[in-house]
Amino acid sequence: MNRNTLALIGITVLGLIAPFLLPQYSNEIAVMWLMIVFASTWDVLGGQMGYNSLGNIVFFGAGMYISAIVQIGLYYDVAMYTSGARTTHIVFTHAQYFTGFTLGVFAAGIGAAILAVLAGFILFGLRGPYFAIGTLGLAIAAAEIVASWTYVGAASGVSMPVFPGGPEAQKLYFYFLLFALALGTLVFLRWLYATKFGLALNAIRDDEQKAEAMGLQTKQYKRFAWALSAIPLGISGAVFGNMTGFIDPREIAFPTTTFNIFMVLMVLLGGKGTLWGPVIGAVLFHVIKEVTWTYFLGWQYIALGLLIVITVVYFPQGIVGWLTENYPNVFGERPKDERNSVKAPVLESAE
Amino acid sequence: MQHLIENITILTAAPVINLGLLIDGILIGAIFALAAYGLALVWGVMNVKNLAQGDFIMTGGYIAWSLGRHGIQPLFGVPLAFVLLWGIGYVIYYLVVRKVITRDLFTSLLATFGIAICLQQTLNLIFGPDTQSAQADLPTWQFADGLISIAATRLIGFALAVILAIAVVLFMKNSRMGQAIRATAQDARAARVLGIEPEKVYAFTFSLNAAICGAVGALVVLVWNVQPFLGTTYSIRLFVIVTAAGVGNLPGVIAAGFGMGVFEQFGGFLFGAEFQQALIVILLLGVLTFRILQLRRFRQAVQ
Repeated sequence: MNRNTLALIGITVLGLIAPFLLPQYSNEIAVMWLMIVFASTWDVLGGQMGYNSLGNIVFFGAGMYISAIVQIGLYYDVAMYTSGARTTHIVFTHAQYFTGFTLGVFAAGIGAAILAVLAGFILFGLRGPYFAIGTLGLAIAAAEIVASWTYVGAASGVSMPVFPGGPEAQKLYFYFLLFALALGTLVFLRWLYATKFGLALNAIRDDEQKAEAMGLQTKQYKRFAWALSAIPLGISGAVFGNMTGFIDPREIAFPTTTFNIFMVLMVLLGGKGTLWGPVIGAVLFHVIKEVTWTYFLGWQYIALGLLIVITVVYFPQGIVGWLTENYPNVFGERPKDERNSVKAPVLESAE
Repeated sequence: MQHLIENITILTAAPVINLGLLIDGILIGAIFALAAYGLALVWGVMNVKNLAQGDFIMTGGYIAWSLGRHGIQPLFGVPLAFVLLWGIGYVIYYLVVRKVITRDLFTSLLATFGIAICLQQTLNLIFGPDTQSAQADLPTWQFADGLISIAATRLIGFALAVILAIAVVLFMKNSRMGQAIRATAQDARAARVLGIEPEKVYAFTFSLNAAICGAVGALVVLVWNVQPFLGTTYSIRLFVIVTAAGVGNLPGVIAAGFGMGVFEQFGGFLFGAEFQQALIVILLLGVLTFRILQLRRFRQAVQ
């Protein structure tokens, strides 16, 4: 049994007992699992494939809205449901809720994957920073388009169907869903990175031209990788939308400056291109954020910006990268030159 | 859709409105072109893609707006914002940008994105999240029975943008520093061998860009409005302009700036102001796709 398996078992045990050990924090821990999903899926492209996306939040928000439309649309007229002038009282029965939710989750995963493939057709022609800007544009456009789409309630958002059951049951239900999603994502990615597919992603990261010259169908690989990372994001969007009970385009579904940038920051903090880096980064970031956020009183986003700048400028290798560099006997599983996902830039001037 | 068709009907029925939109677009496009020139400058010389560009503009806008609120003619905000933003740009260069120039492009992109978040949140804390605009108390001229109206502020903004652009271009062409900047952009190592200190050139370029943005912001608050979170939209707009034109292509950047102004005027008229951001981003994707197709043609020739 190697270390990765042990760590996964440890996470499983911790995840299972956490809501009973710390019942008052179970929502925060549930969001932590969400953050782990965010960070690990971002790392599929950002760390393993070398394509730094600033727009992965699109799949989260898309999943949220797809599931909302499915859940509501199965039983009611969506436009009527979301319109402000709605007068009829709407109830979802137990069976209706769970059927709708299950179908919504599946639709969210599939929809997000399809969206990723479609977006990939346009965006994967872009390299490096152009890709980052293109995806950032995609995220902003998605928020703006949904915010002016009256069918889904435009900027005022949608109230999700109410969970049939007490608040305690609801908390545990969504906790275990997000936990299962995070664990499933990690197990899946661990397997994925060990396959030929994972090697192909690393080949694209290290030298795309060469990979292509070696006969890899890089375009298909890139689109498929993005679709794979979009599936957990879409599902997490569906779950999170139901967990919060209310979704709106700018703050919850497509928050470009919060969740979207958290993804990148958590991965950079933990260490790019590793399986555990994003997890460590997500846990650390989330704990720090939850503990300190309330003390900042409006300064929290400035602190966030500063944290980005400081991490990027002074601590680029991340925690796992730092550990492998300084304690290669304990943590160094990979040769050193593989650590940095990016080629050393050749700009001779400044030292 | 209904709305769109109605608007197209209006445009075809009263062609003089087209002219009005075109004039407005050109007057605003001059401002875009100037800021895009700053972006292209930093991009070309330092290979840093500055995502905080729009937030520099907003900062400049708030400087001019503060002057106006204290009873001073906000037009004086243009030189003041130029000077203040020069300082801010210099500080940011020394604290952050200096350390990311030699690293990969995503690092500098993310670092400037972090700066952008800091700046917009600081503006939000100081000035609040409301949309603000400064009044210069200047007349608006009406033509063609009121169908075309040209505000004097827009005209002044245009004139100032043109003057500033000419000054910057002349500076880049003739002055010692301008030559050093262009030399560094062409070949940093050769410039170094010839006794140019790249460090100084980079600091100057970044500060100059921030200062240009500041002046642009002061013009934006006169002819339009500012809001702490509008910065990212401006950054993306400028990226569209520079990407469409190509980094080294100065006349192209200016032409694309005017094109952007006109496009936005027509887009805003046809689709409504709420689609403005979405339109810009769609234009970005369109321009990027066009570039990919261009590259694809090139790649086929190689195969």
